[in-house]
Amino acid sequence: MGVGIKVEHLNAWFGKTQALHDISMDVPANHATAVIGPSGCGKSTFVRCLNRMHETIPDARASGKVKMGDLDVYNGTAAVQIRRRIGMVFQKPNPFPTMSIYDNVAAGLKLNGFTDRRRTDEIVERSLKLSALWDEVKDTLRKKSGASLSGGQQQRLCIARALAVQPQLLLMDEPCSALDPISTGKIEELIFQLKEKFTIVIVTHNMQQASRVAEFTGFFLLGRLIEFDKTEKIFTTPSDKRTEDYITGRFG
Amino acid sequence: MPEHSPSTPEVTVPPISLWRRGMNLLVTIAAAGAVILVLLPLGAIFAYLVFKGISSLNWAFLTQTPKPVGEPGGGMANAIAGTGLILLIASSMGVPIGIGAGIYLAEYGRNRLGDLIRFTADVLNGVPSIVVGIVAYGIVVLTQGHFSALAGGVALAIMMIPTITRATEEMLLLVPNAVREAAYGLGVSRWRTTLSITLRTATSGVITGVMLAFARVAGETAPLLFTAFGNQYWNWKINQPTAALSLQVFTYAISPFDEWHRQAWAGALILIVMIVLAVTAVRIVASRGMLKGAN
Repeated sequence: MGVGIKVEHLNAWFGKTQALHDISMDVPANHATAVIGPSGCGKSTFVRCLNRMHETIPDARASGKVKMGDLDVYNGTAAVQIRRRIGMVFQKPNPFPTMSIYDNVAAGLKLNGFTDRRRTDEIVERSLKLSALWDEVKDTLRKKSGASLSGGQQQRLCIARALAVQPQLLLMDEPCSALDPISTGKIEELIFQLKEKFTIVIVTHNMQQASRVAEFTGFFLLGRLIEFDKTEKIFTTPSDKRTEDYITGRFG
Repeated sequence: MPEHSPSTPEVTVPPISLWRRGMNLLVTIAAAGAVILVLLPLGAIFAYLVFKGISSLNWAFLTQTPKPVGEPGGGMANAIAGTGLILLIASSMGVPIGIGAGIYLAEYGRNRLGDLIRFTADVLNGVPSIVVGIVAYGIVVLTQGHFSALAGGVALAIMMIPTITRATEEMLLLVPNAVREAAYGLGVSRWRTTLSITLRTATSGVITGVMLAFARVAGETAPLLFTAFGNQYWNWKINQPTAALSLQVFTYAISPFDEWHRQAWAGALILIVMIVLAVTAVRIVASRGMLKGAN
């Protein structure tokens, strides 16, 4: 089951530059939430704060309160524990190049000390089926490297890898921006199915994509959350002038 | 499929000019010439070694210890084993320290200390090998009170470290940050990511660096002169003076005896063959785990 995430007064910095200003947002469980906005508005920084990836960048820091279910993300929990519960899919597919397809999916389990081989086999198969890649790779699981797949397949491999550690929340940072329309279609279909089991936050530049896959949408501008509402409302009757300007293509 | 491609507009491609063709040929020849120039010395050295050394090469040479002057026959078996022993000692110290330092520089060394280590490694790389020998003499031989294989190993390890360190650093820096982020995103800790993901991704490059360092020190003579010292007899103890091929070749080459000169050629040939075999063997073992399409 997915869990919701509750963000209160989140601020984030890169060195002295403040990238996020006082973000508060309630991400509902088992739904897809889209984060939209022009380049450099802090969308990626926002999702990277949710699983504490932000702080892996030198000089970057964040403050505020993020609660995932009853887990306090920034207080009293180790970052690695948080990241095991929150899966992440990146903009560019990033499989481990020297590992086989199987090892890529199993990596999160193995590196975190999970040793049950039979269970690992099951989880790898289930994750690859969930990410709709199983049929394409089942015969070459251990023979081919993750890097030998096509771009779209690599991205689905990365999704399978994220799902294998059984997170409750999946963050997707522009997962389709490097993919062709067919692969994009497959991944969007996937998001629909995944919603039943996970909560999804997806950053996207593509407003059609946001309206297709997400029930809720947040609009970011210059590091601030301008508006957060039902996707339908955002795209039809936004309450803020700036949101309207952006979605109608008047700027950004 | 229906035909609806627009008719191709007439484009006249100008013929490739004589100048461009000539230039193309010239550059191709220059590149091929450069390759030949690189390979020529290696081929020439190897051919000359075979020519000079093969006549003294026989089973006795590979299995017997040296005979006293004047007695024909005998071999360099103890020196072959000694070189192996010294290189084993050098590698078991130099490789882990070098790789460890390389990991530090690439993953944690973006600071003053890192710059200092980088500078030190580069200077160490340029220190004459005889000086490294003196250092090992001071550290090991003087404290132990006698020459030893260990002292020779330490000298060679010191020479291996800077090469391996810098090669490891370069190779780790080539691993895209996205790969590290992928591991962090799975909740893998930083040290685990470095060892199991970053280093693993860079393995083939790191191995190349290690083999370069290994091949370079395998033939070193100067740092062994007053560390391993040489030995006319078998020795397997790491705290005793030990023969090495390079030392034996040196001793025989500057001797006044024709028989010894011939044996020196054979020894040099064996040394080169040993290095080629070791490098090839490591390559084969390392590539066994490689996957289709891995890069």
